Amino acid sequence: MKSDKITKYTLFIASLVILFVSGGMVFSLIGGSIPAFKEFGLQFIFSTEWNPTEDREAYGALPFITGTMFTSILALIICLPLAFATALFIAEYFKRSSLASILSSMVDLLAGIPSIVYGLWGFYTLRPLMIELGWSAQGYGILTSGIILAIMIIPYATSLSAEIISMVPNELKEAAYSLGATRMEVIFNVILPNARSGIIASFILAFGRALGETMAVTMLIGNANVIPKGISGVGNTMASVIANQFGEADGLKLSSLIAIGLLLFLITGIVNAIGKLIIKKLS
Amino acid sequence: MENIDRIKDPILSIKDLSIAYNKGAKYAVKDVNVEVKKNAITAIMGPSGCGKSTLLRAINRMHELYPSIETKGNIFLHDEDIMKMSTIQLRRKIGMVFQRPNPFPTMSIYDNVIAGYKLNGIRISKSERDNIVEQSLRNVALWDEVKDSLFKKGTFLSGGQQQRLCIARALAFQPEVILLDEPTSALDPIATSRVEDLLVELKKKYTIVLVTHNMSQAARISDYSMFMYLGDLVEYGKTKMMFTNPRDSKTEEYLTGKFG
Ligand SMILES: Nc1ncnc2c1ncn2[C@@H]1O[C@H](COP(=O)(O)OP(=O)(O)O)[C@@H](O)[C@H]1O
Ligand SMILES: [Mg+2]
Repeated sequence: MKSDKITKYTLFIASLVILFVSGGMVFSLIGGSIPAFKEFGLQFIFSTEWNPTEDREAYGALPFITGTMFTSILALIICLPLAFATALFIAEYFKRSSLASILSSMVDLLAGIPSIVYGLWGFYTLRPLMIELGWSAQGYGILTSGIILAIMIIPYATSLSAEIISMVPNELKEAAYSLGATRMEVIFNVILPNARSGIIASFILAFGRALGETMAVTMLIGNANVIPKGISGVGNTMASVIANQFGEADGLKLSSLIAIGLLLFLITGIVNAIGKLIIKKLS
Repeated sequence: MENIDRIKDPILSIKDLSIAYNKGAKYAVKDVNVEVKKNAITAIMGPSGCGKSTLLRAINRMHELYPSIETKGNIFLHDEDIMKMSTIQLRRKIGMVFQRPNPFPTMSIYDNVIAGYKLNGIRISKSERDNIVEQSLRNVALWDEVKDSLFKKGTFLSGGQQQRLCIARALAFQPEVILLDEPTSALDPIATSRVEDLLVELKKKYTIVLVTHNMSQAARISDYSMFMYLGDLVEYGKTKMMFTNPRDSKTEEYLTGKFG
């Protein structure tokens, strides 16, 4: 009885700590960003200025919001067909074959590589390649970052959607086969319609990952505080500008960086919540 | 196997059929020889795990979905070796109904009935489609119950209605044979008796092979019965004969409830 009570209170306190920590985080993010919003108002979100000159200080988040969106959407577009095909391959077409299990463990391996390693690889291998191909003058920019981001989220999107695909009940597939359907017909008429919302959710969650990814992108985006001029242009993302500038920032600039952090937190929070909600509805 | 009077002009002839789930594993179906009569209900009985489903699923080559399964022997539909037919052709002539009702949850009732056509990309006119849907649903006595909700999802129906929908889906191609694997085991008694009545009605047009572990069901509706035990076809004959005068002692023990 007594140990029961102790367990109960320990669990209670532990969850309370978590609640306070995350609540405190939101609280301090909001608190820290108040000076920036007070100074610039909602205009902060739509302004492209980033001027740290004393007396003429002005900050806006738009270049970083667009940089984050451009790189993440590009990553999602590149990731979609590759992750989707790999997931189908692992979870349906060659399921239970040794090829599928090799591929599946390689995907898991990719998922475990630290961001900084991807960044290094991008810097020393992908960047020169981009220059050689003539896709980017210095090899930095949206395209390079988008490609790296895509490689980073592919494992995540693949394993999530493979799991969803393998959840489609066998009895539905057999029903379709018993009606004379071919493999492809079963995939497109039974598996995909039944797995559709789950697969969409997988890609939303992968997109959420891309939004907040920092290290590798910081090394490859070019760190120019402007709205990117097209796909081969340079730019900066919300996460990268914070990582690059927080060390030397104070006052209004620090507050602006915190405000960008808050915005990023909100955007990724909403994207993840949508993805999780769809997944939850399925099970 | 104790044999019976040979069946004249059988629709299905199974010759020396043996099936193992893995190379070198023990046979789940051993050297089965049997002929199935046209326009009759043939029941496959036996205790759980004796190989009923395995035998049934060989008839429409379902086992080919699982490469590790090894099948030996031949099955003929009329005089045609089913291994020489395309699976598409074969499965159009031999439909299947599963143990648990499995309508496609993303499709409406209407689309479920013509799912075979949709899946195979067969183009037919709207009036033809409407006709097939109505006929198939009438055949399973479901038309009056669902005619006003044809475009609702099939999964909203009761279990018994769903199973009749699955039978309608199998009938939409006008197959010659329908294979059913314990189609009533997930249904309540009332729904079960409706499906049984339906099968008796359907045998006028189709040949029915029915797996059941329910002896009284076999006795009630089947014309011929197989009794399987540990992968062997122990006895096969007219249902009435088998129930009143089993030739094999194992059959007798099973029918009198000594095991099963
Ligand atoms: N997918 C499978 N893999 C391996 N063995 C199986 C599989 N399905 C059935 N078996 C085995 O084959 C035998 C016959 O099974 P089954 O045909 O399903 O029996 P029944 O339908 O009469 O209950 C059993 O011993 C069972 O364990
Ligand atoms: Mg069975």
